Amino acid sequence: MPDARAGLTLDDVTIARGAERLLSLSAHVPPGTVLTLMGPSGSGKSTLLSHVMGDLPPAFRATGRVALDGRDLGNLPPEARGVGILYQDPLLFPHLSVASNLAFGLPGLPRAERRRRIAGALERIGMDGFGPRDPATLSGGQAARVALMRVLLSGPCALLLDEPFSKLDADRRDQMRGLVFDRARAVGIPVLMVTHDADDAAAAGGPVIRL
Amino acid sequence: MLRPLPLLTALVLAGPVGFGLLGTVLPAFGLLVPGDGTAWGRALDWPGLPRALGAAVLSGVLSTLGALAIATLVLAGWHGTRAFAWLERALSPLLAVPHAAAALGLAFLVAPSGWIARIPATLLGWDRAPDLLILGDPWGLSLAAGLVAKEMPFLLLMMLAALPQAQAGPRLRVARSLGQGRVAGWLKAVFPAIHAQVRLPVLVVLVYGMTNVDVAVILGPNTPPTLAVQVARWMADPDLSQRAAGAAGGLILAGATAAVVGAWFAAERGVARLGRLWVEGGRGLPERPARVLGPILAGGAGAAVGAGIAALAVWSVAARWSFPALLPDAPTTRNWDRFGPDMLAVAGDTMALALGATALSLVLVIGCLEAEHRWRLDVGQRALWLLYLPLLVPQVAFLPGLQLLPLMLGVGPSWGLVLAGHVVFVLPYVFLSLSGPFRAWDPRIARVAAGLGASPDRILWRLRLPMLLGPVLTAAAIGIAVSVGQYLPTLLLGGGRTATLVTEAVALSSGGDRRAIGVWGLGQTAAALAPFVLALLVPTLVFRRRGGMRGA
Repeated sequence: MPDARAGLTLDDVTIARGAERLLSLSAHVPPGTVLTLMGPSGSGKSTLLSHVMGDLPPAFRATGRVALDGRDLGNLPPEARGVGILYQDPLLFPHLSVASNLAFGLPGLPRAERRRRIAGALERIGMDGFGPRDPATLSGGQAARVALMRVLLSGPCALLLDEPFSKLDADRRDQMRGLVFDRARAVGIPVLMVTHDADDAAAAGGPVIRL
Repeated sequence: MLRPLPLLTALVLAGPVGFGLLGTVLPAFGLLVPGDGTAWGRALDWPGLPRALGAAVLSGVLSTLGALAIATLVLAGWHGTRAFAWLERALSPLLAVPHAAAALGLAFLVAPSGWIARIPATLLGWDRAPDLLILGDPWGLSLAAGLVAKEMPFLLLMMLAALPQAQAGPRLRVARSLGQGRVAGWLKAVFPAIHAQVRLPVLVVLVYGMTNVDVAVILGPNTPPTLAVQVARWMADPDLSQRAAGAAGGLILAGATAAVVGAWFAAERGVARLGRLWVEGGRGLPERPARVLGPILAGGAGAAVGAGIAALAVWSVAARWSFPALLPDAPTTRNWDRFGPDMLAVAGDTMALALGATALSLVLVIGCLEAEHRWRLDVGQRALWLLYLPLLVPQVAFLPGLQLLPLMLGVGPSWGLVLAGHVVFVLPYVFLSLSGPFRAWDPRIARVAAGLGASPDRILWRLRLPMLLGPVLTAAAIGIAVSVGQYLPTLLLGGGRTATLVTEAVALSSGGDRRAIGVWGLGQTAAALAPFVLALLVPTLVFRRRGGMRGA
């Protein structure tokens, strides 16, 4: 396999807890593609995401190679990997305003540029003027959208989704799926999603691996 | 930077205890204090020894049994009810009142000429205080009662913290569905699990009850005093050979404490066996009296502490207050004019010491918890014992050594030594208070932030600590309250030259100037309580526009 391949590469990755092997996987996710991993709980799929993040819980062991755009992620700390993650909860930082949440992944930019990007992000999700708001006052769907824009603004090279839509009600879920997959394709990054909802996989429109 | 902090913290906890025990053992055997091989002889020949030891054991065991029984009864009968939620709110301020101030207040309440005796005196027209030896009874019963009032909230709080892990709610529901009454069902199905988790705090109460000095000076017997008080007197003597006798006395008390703790363990097993028979026998309890008794005793204890503080306040503004009158003739500011300036100056020193010890403890504790999080260290049961070590080894057993050993090395008593001594006792409480919220913080937030490119330091300073502002300030308030209450470390390590509110208040207690005691005792109470008020107010103000931070 050539190293310089763009996208997220999992090369013979194995996750084990003690002596028990949970999963073993080789896959490549090209930019703009969503790879869906489906499996029952306890199959190690969320643990795989932790491994890609670089934050494997100590009870688990992982072998194999994880590479992003040809860079080996193995020895990088989580914050240097350029891998963003979305959970089923939006996990907005409750002590910061919506704008400060969006700014969190944008350190070092001139203030005017940062403001411009935040305003643009809010506009794209139909939430103009929500910057000064308290995250606790947002609806579930609004908070999920802010969380998405927060991770995209930080300019990740890959996006991980951990059961991302399971806490939204049915009509919001369709909207949110469309938004997440459209935006990820628009910025052209590889997406790795774990879910147990077959509709998520269908909406993603990419390859599906069943564990 | 962070990595060595857990080890350093372990040293801060275990070092002084080990070092101090060594420094107590050596002089007791005539090894450190030159030319004195008679330390043991002098301590053992002290005629008051049997009674001093007896009063220590009796007040320690009685106060622990009392506090544990009341806390258990209240939880068994009322946990989960609205009345209980009200009681829970009263718990923190009650806990924060320093031991010495609470004891001074209680003394004002129960003394023959105190507030309680004034009620029948007014009604029945007595013009002289009854001739009763209530305060300082030879067996230390009033001391035990005072300790119950002060330790019950502590045990209640520790038991409350253990409830979720013990699955108290579901267990009680199952027990009641099997036909048990509320109190009986709680005792049978929940108490064993709770007790397993509060064994260490119960031992802390037992050891403190047997070996404390500040409460025993105020409420305990006088001739002879409890052994701990006598040891403190020996240790405050300028004559080094007397201090060697004090070291020996401290070891005798430590030995007695160890024996009582051993007997307590044996009794635990005995009670467990009886409890099993009771559970299998299926008999219940007189539910209604059991339910009513808990709040009466707990409320009485809380009200006594509160009324005691009120008595301090009233005395601090009293001009003439003759015996049967329930209130002084007219309030005056004279006492405050007279004692206030000195008290405030010492309050400043006290707060400087408390803030220093608390800041050092917070740095160590946050460093430990963050290191545990970053390197996924597994902190086991042994670390918990280490944390409790300075609270379980009697202060009179290792503080003498901590004073004598540096002295022999040419380091005299000093402010720095007092500060270091305070850290040893403040740190465990700060750790116990902060570790729960710190570990419960959602680790996914750290992962989301790392995915946004934030370094671990940025996550700690920008997310974790701000989100934990409330718990951090509460831990700081607890640390300050603990430091403000430290009597023996301040006295011994400061060589009598470091004055704090507690050393001054306890020193006044023997003099009997009630107006001065009122001013100083109230000052000590305020110094311990004010930080709690701030710890509640600051987060609500800072996060007044952040709904997600409420109740955090």
